[in-house]
Amino acid sequence: MAKKKVTASVFSQRQLTENIYDMWIETDLAKEALPGQFLMVYPKCAATLLPRPISICEAQRDVGRLRIVYRVAGKGTAEFASYRKGDPISVMGTLGNGFPLQEAAGKRVFLMGGGIGIPPLLGLARALSGAGQISVKEAERASGECADISVGDGRTGDTAPLSVHAILGYRDNRLFLKEDFDHYSNVVIATEDGSAGTKGNILNAVNANGLSADLIYACGPMPMLRAVKQYAAKEGIPAYLSLEERMACGVGACLGCVCKTTHKDAHSHVNNARVCTEGPVFLAEDVEI
Amino acid sequence: MNTSVMIAGVELKNPVMTASGTFGSGMEYGEFVDLNKLGAVVTKGVANAPWEGNPTPRVAEVYGGMLNAIGLQNPGIDVFMERDLPFLQKYDTKIIVNVCGKTVEDYIEVVEKLSDSPADLLEINVSCPNVKEGAIAFGQKPEALSDITKQIKRHAKQPVIMKLSPNVTDIAEMAKVAEAAGADAVSLINTLTGMKIDIEKRRFVLANKTGGMSGPAIKPIAVRMVYQAAQAVKIPVIGMGGIATAEDAVEFLLAGATAVSVGAMNFVNPYVTQEIIKGMEDYMKRTGVSDVKELIGAAT
Repeated sequence: MAKKKVTASVFSQRQLTENIYDMWIETDLAKEALPGQFLMVYPKCAATLLPRPISICEAQRDVGRLRIVYRVAGKGTAEFASYRKGDPISVMGTLGNGFPLQEAAGKRVFLMGGGIGIPPLLGLARALSGAGQISVKEAERASGECADISVGDGRTGDTAPLSVHAILGYRDNRLFLKEDFDHYSNVVIATEDGSAGTKGNILNAVNANGLSADLIYACGPMPMLRAVKQYAAKEGIPAYLSLEERMACGVGACLGCVCKTTHKDAHSHVNNARVCTEGPVFLAEDVEI
Repeated sequence: MNTSVMIAGVELKNPVMTASGTFGSGMEYGEFVDLNKLGAVVTKGVANAPWEGNPTPRVAEVYGGMLNAIGLQNPGIDVFMERDLPFLQKYDTKIIVNVCGKTVEDYIEVVEKLSDSPADLLEINVSCPNVKEGAIAFGQKPEALSDITKQIKRHAKQPVIMKLSPNVTDIAEMAKVAEAAGADAVSLINTLTGMKIDIEKRRFVLANKTGGMSGPAIKPIAVRMVYQAAQAVKIPVIGMGGIATAEDAVEFLLAGATAVSVGAMNFVNPYVTQEIIKGMEDYMKRTGVSDVKELIGAAT
């Protein structure tokens, strides 16, 4: 899979909730995108020099469209949020390893997402569900306006899980992407303020609903990932965590985005793996977080 | 049109190379850039043993530039020679190995191991601001710079480039000291020590608190220092610091650089080195320059 930096074009953009934006990008990079991979998105403003790593939410492989759902956190993402249909957008992809789908075969799966860690789990949920096509109506809703599209999923026949629960943690009842997850999984909600679902965090929601799993895929803030790692260890089940770290290059050159690993890393052999290259998805027991 | 330049007896097909630490060992950017087109690849600093580097966050963005405090994470010279050098050897470009260390003995061990390697030139990092021991400690005092340069020259088989720090009072003096101690060339500037604080969290953004600043924002400082160094010494000066375009590269040549390195902009545009090489040729055509060497130090 060759990495490429391309000038793509914005297909649609809408605001989902405060500071959360939903953009579809037209690019051939979609053809190679896997759930859990990410893009580097380059601001046009020369003062915001570095690209922003943003996870791929979904890919429509056959028509060449990628969806990113991102939070405006600073000047770069604020610029992205100003883009409209037809605007050029500079992206590099597809980057990182992605979630290992085959691990899910025959298992009860938790997709555990917190805040802006939720979007990359959507593409994974869809792939695990085996949804090869999505309806026109759904496509219209997802992108705001596109119609009559089919979707490649990246799932092979033998990866069907027994069940998939998406355990999604939000601050409050602004539950962005929840309806999308409803199509592919059983959704369980936790909110910090208790305004929807279980009050508390995603593990509180797991307990409140008496759920258990054989496998976890998770993405979210570091305190959540630490808790998930602990929970998985206690339950004796594997957990794949998608990590985030400050990045500069995105291709493994700068060594900016490392995380501590229990094994020697591929690059420097010093137990510091590159999140952009060896990750962003790691087996929980392989990383010290 | 002649685009070749000479650095200490080594001919580069063009004056464009990569700045150490921004291009890995070339492997990471081989998917984007035809390495055969580059004047040279300068590899990430390598020590006698693997180094872990600093805690994260290691990078931060600043206005028109970035800070890094990687702390010279590297696999050590043995892995580098088994894995990275053979990869680079397949390409028709010059190999410049950047060497770092905590003690003079560390540097010498690496330099000696490289003596029979395909490395064409050695660049000695005495200017990394992000490690507690070694590196910049050798590059900020004239006596220390002189001493390490002499000792490395005694053991090095390849020509030696001393990479200088801008975090000094008088760059011309440091360049002269390196030349007098036997350096075959100098390269500058390494990063400028900087800092960034998150005012909402009231925390230092980098785990190391300070980091080296690079990117387009530092270019005018780099051009000035390259000019001062080139005025002070007869050995070649390799210029770097914020080069983003062919015009920037030409500016460094006019200031007195024999060759240039492209650093942080590789992160912004992985194709930038190739675009700069092409753009320099366009500039030469447009301005009727038949030999790139005519540009070196030609600013009046």
